[in-house]
Amino acid sequence: MRGLRTARVTALVASAAVALVLSGCGGAKVGDTGAASSAAPAASGSGGGGGAECGTFNIAINNWVGYEANAAVVGYVAERDLKCKVVKKDLKEEVAWQGFESGEVDVVLENWGHPDLVKKYIDEKQVAVDAGLTGNKGVIGWYVPPWMAAKYPDITDWKNLNKYADLFKTTESGGKGQVLDGDRAFVTNDEALVKNLNLNYKVVYSGSETALITAFRQAEKQKKPLLGYFYEPQWFLSEVKLVKVNLPPYTDGCDADPAKVACDYPPYELNKIASKKFMDSGSPAAKLVKNFTWTNDDQNLVAKYITVDKLSAADAGKKWVEENPDKVKAWLAG
Amino acid sequence: MSTATTPTARDGGDGAAGSGTPEPVEVGVVVRGRRRLTTAAQVAVVLVVWIVAWAALRGTHTLPLAPSDLTSLHHSLNDARDWVDDNRNSSPIFLYVFNEIRVVLNALSQMFMNLVAVPPEGAQFPRLGWLGVVALFTFVATWLGNLRVGLLTLVGLVFLGLQGLWVPSMETLAVTAAAVLVALAIGIPLGVLAGFNNRFDRLITPLLDFMQTMPPFVYLAPLALFFGIGLASAVITTLVFAAPPVIRLTAHGIRSVNKATVEASQSLGATPGQTLRGVLLPMSRRTIVLGINQTIMAALAMVTIAALIDGPGLGKNVIKALSTVDVGTAFNAGLALVVLAIVLDRTTTAMALRSEGGSHTQRHRSPLARRVEQWRRPLLGVGAAITLVAVWLSRTYVAYAEFPFTAGGTWDLGRHVRRGADSVTTWVQDTFPVLSEGLMTWVTRGIIDPLQALLETSPWWLTSIAILALAWILGRWRATVPAVICLGLMVWTGLWQDSMITLASTLVATLLVMLLGVGVGVWMGRSDRADAVIRPVLDAAQVLPPFVYMVPVVALFAPGRFSAIVAAVVYAAPVAIKICADGIRTVSATTVEAAVAAGSTTSQVVRKVQLPMATPAVTLATNQGLIFVLSMVVMGGLVGGGALGNDVVGGFTQRELFGKGLAAGLAIVLLGIMLDRVTQAASRRVGRPGR
Repeated sequence: MRGLRTARVTALVASAAVALVLSGCGGAKVGDTGAASSAAPAASGSGGGGGAECGTFNIAINNWVGYEANAAVVGYVAERDLKCKVVKKDLKEEVAWQGFESGEVDVVLENWGHPDLVKKYIDEKQVAVDAGLTGNKGVIGWYVPPWMAAKYPDITDWKNLNKYADLFKTTESGGKGQVLDGDRAFVTNDEALVKNLNLNYKVVYSGSETALITAFRQAEKQKKPLLGYFYEPQWFLSEVKLVKVNLPPYTDGCDADPAKVACDYPPYELNKIASKKFMDSGSPAAKLVKNFTWTNDDQNLVAKYITVDKLSAADAGKKWVEENPDKVKAWLAG
Repeated sequence: MSTATTPTARDGGDGAAGSGTPEPVEVGVVVRGRRRLTTAAQVAVVLVVWIVAWAALRGTHTLPLAPSDLTSLHHSLNDARDWVDDNRNSSPIFLYVFNEIRVVLNALSQMFMNLVAVPPEGAQFPRLGWLGVVALFTFVATWLGNLRVGLLTLVGLVFLGLQGLWVPSMETLAVTAAAVLVALAIGIPLGVLAGFNNRFDRLITPLLDFMQTMPPFVYLAPLALFFGIGLASAVITTLVFAAPPVIRLTAHGIRSVNKATVEASQSLGATPGQTLRGVLLPMSRRTIVLGINQTIMAALAMVTIAALIDGPGLGKNVIKALSTVDVGTAFNAGLALVVLAIVLDRTTTAMALRSEGGSHTQRHRSPLARRVEQWRRPLLGVGAAITLVAVWLSRTYVAYAEFPFTAGGTWDLGRHVRRGADSVTTWVQDTFPVLSEGLMTWVTRGIIDPLQALLETSPWWLTSIAILALAWILGRWRATVPAVICLGLMVWTGLWQDSMITLASTLVATLLVMLLGVGVGVWMGRSDRADAVIRPVLDAAQVLPPFVYMVPVVALFAPGRFSAIVAAVVYAAPVAIKICADGIRTVSATTVEAAVAAGSTTSQVVRKVQLPMATPAVTLATNQGLIFVLSMVVMGGLVGGGALGNDVVGGFTQRELFGKGLAAGLAIVLLGIMLDRVTQAASRRVGRPGR
């Protein structure tokens, strides 16, 4: 019985295989298309626009969408116009910086400060260099969901935060109001701020960006109070327009002593970091990295292509580059 | 520690086999009942004394450490890291050892990658196209396993393609293959050695415990420093976690071969080598294959972690999807991992069964089975021919080289999976928050907070004395000595208070795991239908990367300790449930029938007969539940669990916190070893009741 059934299954499989062979014969052969597509790299060898050859261009990808937007356009331009072989490597920030020294990473395309890494790899080891600003302005601060700003208009002034502390109590905040932070990688003075501004609050770590975004999304949807650390540019703000709470304004040097900070975060000028070897190599990609600059709106648009329109990062980059030939021309010039 | 020895997936009664569970002892329930009462009374006395002392001394000697403060140990660990960083280009150990290892591993994994996933240099497609891969795997599964797993393999692999995830799935397969191959090459010889030599076994056991409980986040960045960014680091990350199971199970297999058989072989004049090859290895083959199975499952569990240092494959899809909080896409990739895991698990299990029913048992088979066996050879021949044709096709025609997937087409199953997952998550997140928040608040305030207060704000010496007293009551010396060592080292890590907070959450999570374990386990153990329905769900829950369900968990329960506990329970409960179910099943049918004949009701049978007789299994389930819960501490840190989990995440993401993260990783290992030794010693005593 079982033998017979097995035989029947095998016969079925065999006939399916025959069908596959027959239907496949009409199709393209591996060699055929291979010739067509291998023509492109061959051409790039001889062409390349007269400058030095680009070769392999290693871009570190840190895991947030804004960063991916930068990498998508720079990567696409490098591939299309400079004929580079672009290799993207998904890495956490610190591991990416390690890669400058070993030559495994050429560039980090959006850097949020990281004074410890700057000190180690730019000042001490001198294996990395600052490759200029990206043009994106980073804002860090405390935010509430829009429904709260509408219902409690004066909540956006830090002086009123103690009045509302009860609203923000959770099981994790030990009887005080909760300030929800992200993970420990984020630049944060929040514990010092709470202490120095005499706020009746406790900083609670949500542990990850994903948890932080999810918490804000639920807070708006369920109309639940939430006060938390957030930042711009960030794709999530185009979904839920969080409202910033005004802390005492930033003045130069007011954050010099981390333990005594009692002012808002400074505006961040996001920059690019590149391996020194790469910048000195004369690769056309190095020039592209140096020239690359755009606005928060540009980045948000590409981020929207990725998150809302669900394009792959590569397709989103391609789309933006094709829509903005003038900006791209400026990056390639000079 | 027997973390690895529990089958990740369907595998019936073997759950207990690997972990040295005592045989269920059918002795007087009365004797045991009286004894347990006295043990319970002793435990109660210790707890009452502890609570009274806590009320008086609370808040003193708690050894606190603020989130950004470091101890001198943490500083010196940082210094050690910097030293490595500074010397890796000049030190001979780097130039001649690590770099060589790196080159070999890169070449090996690149070979597998080129075979199935990425085109070799200058080529357009991998050496084997999708049709070739599908045919080859189906054939091998049928040949070494049986027709059923062959068909499962066929369907599973095609499903991966229809999800739109053929290439990342193959990348995952390639890296897993490289890691597993190396794990076996190292692990089986070490396991044989450990099986022969008790001293070596004792030496290596803590090391294996360490490898399995140390959170990978701790060693990820240093590994990238040692072995560079790329395949080699991904393989080694996987190896650290995946090698221990095969070592443990090989040793166990060798050790449990009947002594008399070995002696007989020796008395016939066999050399040790002959005894090993002719007697020991063949007789322990089934256990070793089970070890291989466990190693494969562990390797797949590391896929998402390795993605953080550019490890290729499905892990990247999961991590990328999370940066846009795209649950559907993350679930689709997670599901592909589950499919891969189930295919590989069932295939290796079928291989184990076949290797057990090897040639020497053929004589005893029924005529029907013999006829199947007769048919097998010609069928396999036909299969081999079809496979060769398929391989040739996949190397010749584009349609068979590249999986013909069109996004948005009729056959785009990935789209349906994504949409389904999205709408289920949205519905859950919108419907249950009121309920879930009530539950969260109730459990947090009612159970977690009081327990945590006791552990966190007791003086460290008071907590230590209390834990040691409990260890003594439950397991005498076997439990107390490891507990002394672990508690001492925990103080040394400088993270005592964080360890106690984590311990509190761990205990609550384990309690929930055991409630589920016993409840669902009894149900499954008594009903085959329930077992058939629930078991695949348990398999999936174990293999699905926790990153996939972290968004709904946070949405329902808000970031915090309870979310961390829920994530841990989802991951750990399946193990406990399976072990409990197996325990209930092994209670002899005659005993149950006798009880029923004597007029016992169902609930009486469960409470008075089945559960007491399954006590060893329940204790083992507790042990495994604890260990699995602990392995989720870092994951818990990502959803607001705080304490040690948060310290580890901080060490991974901030340079100056590296030393503290490493110390926190050590503290997790210490908690794990302590809880494991205490529960194991306790289970030993439960297994041999008062004689």
